[in-house]
Amino acid sequence: MVNRLSSSPLLKRVSSTIARGFSNSAVKESGSEWSNALSIDRANVGHSKVSRNTRAAIVATVATGGLAAWYAHLYGNPIKAVTVAEHGLHPASYPWPHNGWLDTFDHASLRRGFTVYKEVCAACHSLNLVAWRTLVGVTHTADEVRALAEEYEYDSEPNDEGEIEKRPGKLSDYIPPPYPNEQAARAANQGALPPDLSLIIKARHGGCDYVFSLLTGYPDDPPAGAVVASGLNYNPYFPGGGIAMARVLFDGLVDYDDGTPATASQMAKDVTSFLNWAAEPEHDERKKIGLKVLIITGTLWAISLWVKRFKWTPIKTRKILYKPPKV
Amino acid sequence: MAVSTLIYNTFMRRNSVFVGTILFGAFAFEIGFDSTIDKVWDRLNSGKQWKDIKHSYITSDE
Repeated sequence: MVNRLSSSPLLKRVSSTIARGFSNSAVKESGSEWSNALSIDRANVGHSKVSRNTRAAIVATVATGGLAAWYAHLYGNPIKAVTVAEHGLHPASYPWPHNGWLDTFDHASLRRGFTVYKEVCAACHSLNLVAWRTLVGVTHTADEVRALAEEYEYDSEPNDEGEIEKRPGKLSDYIPPPYPNEQAARAANQGALPPDLSLIIKARHGGCDYVFSLLTGYPDDPPAGAVVASGLNYNPYFPGGGIAMARVLFDGLVDYDDGTPATASQMAKDVTSFLNWAAEPEHDERKKIGLKVLIITGTLWAISLWVKRFKWTPIKTRKILYKPPKV
Repeated sequence: MAVSTLIYNTFMRRNSVFVGTILFGAFAFEIGFDSTIDKVWDRLNSGKQWKDIKHSYITSDE
């Protein structure tokens, strides 16, 4: 645009007119002062080799660098309260089936993962935020979930005498916790509280990768030099290395109803996927809405670009004519 | 030109028809858009969703 305008003969005439208008005595005088100052500077350069400006620039650079180094020395290396080992080993990133922007969970894996939770994890860990009904259409049929819920007893509404009786579970009930309260859980686990697993994938750095690594990361023996307190087990992925939970997943611990071999890593993968679903039941809808938002806003963005160009084209391509007044 | 005139005369000449077109169009677009996204999703995730595996767990007719 600028090139087209400046190359037009009309504009050249305009600019030359402007230059003529400004070429009065004041501009000339100040111009000569500037050239005098420049010649003095050049004279200085002659005998000291480095100009005053260059020296000032060098001093400023050295001072800035020195100050930055001093600041970095003072504040750049904060004292860390934990060592890397105490911070916990960072998990590798695994290719989860639900990693992609448009990937859902592997629901067969979720179903196996629920089996693992029910058979293994549920002995100590609660899943307080998950109701039986939410499993319907995700991992099990409605009949299967009803049968699962009926295996547990829940308090009923008070009867006419005000007594609370026990009734079998319904779809609307929540998955029952293994302990009635925190104190009971701690008493049964040497003072350690097994955390609720409803949101554990969201609540831990590394998410699925961390939980999977933790479950499969128990070495046979702690490495030389690792100090493990009594009652704790060594796991490099757990911050501090000492975790109250012992290794629980061993090959063949559960029987999968789809015939998948129940290796320890298979069970860890399945239960981690299941816990990720438990933490994010809105997962599929979230990703679908994300796609829709990107499509709609992308389209609106393209339209707005087009409208802007449409409206601005006449303004951007117009030419301004200057007709000098006749003297 | 003839098409745009036809569109103008059909949908825009009367304001009531114009507003109705916008409202109906919004509903129609959303239904079509959502079902298209669902189809894309089902194609990308074929074999992973519950609807793909539930046939092996349904024993009776429910």
